[in-house]
Amino acid sequence: MTRTPLRPLARILEAREKGENPDVIERENLDQRHEDLRDGARMRAEGRLLVLGVFFFVAFSVVGARMGLMAASEAHEPRAQASGAAIVATRADIVDRNGRVLATNLSTNSLYAQPLQMVDPVRSAHALVEIFPDLEAEKLIKQFTGGRKFLWIKKKISPEQQQAVFDIGEPGLLFGPREMRLYPNGRLAAHILGGASFGREGVHSAEVIGVAGVEKAMDSTLRDPARNGAPVQLSIDLTVQSAIRQVLYGGMKLMNAKGAMAVLMEINSGEVISMVSLPDFDPNDRPDLPTTGDAGDSPLFNRAVQGVYELGSVFKIFNMAMALEDGHVTPTSMVDTTGPMRWGRYRIRDFHNYGPHLSATDVIVKSSNVGSARLALQAGAERQQEFLGDLGFFTPTPVELVEAPYAKPLLPKNWSDIVVMTASYGHGFSSSPLHLATGYASLLNGGTKVTPTLLKREGPVPVGPRIVQSEVSEAARSMLRQVVVRGTARFGEVPGYAVGGKTGTADKPKPRGGYYKDRVVATFASVFPAHDPKFVLIVSLDEPSENSGPKPRRTAGWTAVPVAAEVIRRTAPLLGLRPEIEPVPEDKLLLSSN
Amino acid sequence: MRGFLVFFVSVAVMALAFWAYRENYETQQALQENNKLQRELGAAHERLSVLRAEWAYLNRPERLRDLADLNFERLGLMPLQPEQFGRVGQVSFPPRVSLINNPVDVMAVTGPEEADE
Repeated sequence: MTRTPLRPLARILEAREKGENPDVIERENLDQRHEDLRDGARMRAEGRLLVLGVFFFVAFSVVGARMGLMAASEAHEPRAQASGAAIVATRADIVDRNGRVLATNLSTNSLYAQPLQMVDPVRSAHALVEIFPDLEAEKLIKQFTGGRKFLWIKKKISPEQQQAVFDIGEPGLLFGPREMRLYPNGRLAAHILGGASFGREGVHSAEVIGVAGVEKAMDSTLRDPARNGAPVQLSIDLTVQSAIRQVLYGGMKLMNAKGAMAVLMEINSGEVISMVSLPDFDPNDRPDLPTTGDAGDSPLFNRAVQGVYELGSVFKIFNMAMALEDGHVTPTSMVDTTGPMRWGRYRIRDFHNYGPHLSATDVIVKSSNVGSARLALQAGAERQQEFLGDLGFFTPTPVELVEAPYAKPLLPKNWSDIVVMTASYGHGFSSSPLHLATGYASLLNGGTKVTPTLLKREGPVPVGPRIVQSEVSEAARSMLRQVVVRGTARFGEVPGYAVGGKTGTADKPKPRGGYYKDRVVATFASVFPAHDPKFVLIVSLDEPSENSGPKPRRTAGWTAVPVAAEVIRRTAPLLGLRPEIEPVPEDKLLLSSN
Repeated sequence: MRGFLVFFVSVAVMALAFWAYRENYETQQALQENNKLQRELGAAHERLSVLRAEWAYLNRPERLRDLADLNFERLGLMPLQPEQFGRVGQVSFPPRVSLINNPVDVMAVTGPEEADE
């Protein structure tokens, strides 16, 4: 910037020549200069104000934004007791359909040693053996003095044990916090819950993973931090489960059976209200898998889901429903039951000879193998396979257990005519009791397929694809009711609950082919109340024998049926079913004349 | 005038510094308090889950059944039977209470009966 002189010589001389006052020029230039200075100062001041304004704006924006963020953000998760715990999110609880706890977490401690910090390894090893009798002193001393820097001693210890270890006063014995899975109900629902153990372990925390049952099948859901600890709700009813286990255990002992199982299913939604398999185990202290003997005899084995048996005559009702649906018979039409029936080297006989003819209803009521086989032959192999497939007998059940996908029904490779005949009364192919419960529910709820589930369903249940007409379903129910009223399951009558059901006594197959003569699986598949179906109950006893008579009785009518009746008598009130007087079926003639 | 202004400003700065100093410590105090409360909350949550587990353990059906059996003479509890369902018509009308003159007394009379349940 060039500084203009106050008295520029050229203008001064010019003004003197003209006789003007040169001071005016000086004044003018001075004014000009002052004005310039003032402008500059104002500009600077304005700039400063602007900077200050921007600064304040930014500062207040930051404060405002921070306030907004704090107001909008969620509250902090309260810190767990272990500072710096790597896994803070805990495994979700499992509760029953009424919200009662089936599995929860408990914090305990693990015990580990750092031998380098130990003062007196020998003394502390002996003291530890006194507290934990299962440890060996020599081994511990060897480990403590062997130059190792770190070793686990116990994965879970109780507070009392922790205090006892504290009292040893050994600085080299240290505790790490642990989340432990607790099943407060012990053996109840053991097979459904499965069990849990530790996955990856650190000093400060350990991962809890499911090893079987729902715990394993839903592991990722249970561990999902996004669920924010919301419990997983099962369809199981703890009270009913407890009652059924008690009755079934008593029944198993009374009937000298080596195992027993029961499935109670809601007929429309497919929710499993209760599922018991005996013998069972305590999931808090899950036994190891057996290394010898039959895996099916282990308490870990879930007979209801994993047990694939030939379930026997309980299948006759499916065969009959198929014949009714296809219009081959009506409940009153006569079926040829002349026996024994020969097919190649096979002979099909009835338990008693029922004469040349029985009505279709009586084929079910008297449980005629011959009649069922003749009806199955009428339908043919293809139709039978299709029908049983629709009911879900050829695929694993989709229930939320890790064992379920492995329990595939055992099917013959070639579906020949003899298979058609034996399958009509439940032999020659095997499926699990849960399959049977699903099949009964699908057939008897009005004829629409249900999907079994162990999770509580919220809201209305979608209606599955139709399998049989509702009239066929009703006819099947009335036949099953007749079985209890005057057929093979007369011990199954429970006053007020109109039980309908079908017995099944199947000889157990030998591992090397053929069948045992004196070992059976006795099954009772039932529905109650038959006129207004609400629940399906399957009770099955493994190798029962009722010894009160001169000869041991093994048929389901003498073994499984009384147990099932007691189960219904105990559980139906718990399920909120009030006893009703069974409505008298309206005369068919009246119905048609109306 | 100028001296007064300088004095005033310096006093204000000192006051503000004192205020900021105190505020700083109060904030730290509050943060500590917050941490402590969080820890207490965490511990309380844990205690709650332990108590829930214990409640579930003490209420397991097996134990309740055994207790009901042990105390059968006093309680007379049996499993729920189908016969125990009744109809509304089977319930007798409550005994007619004479005209209610003093509601407080009547409440006091009916009070202990409810507590007996």
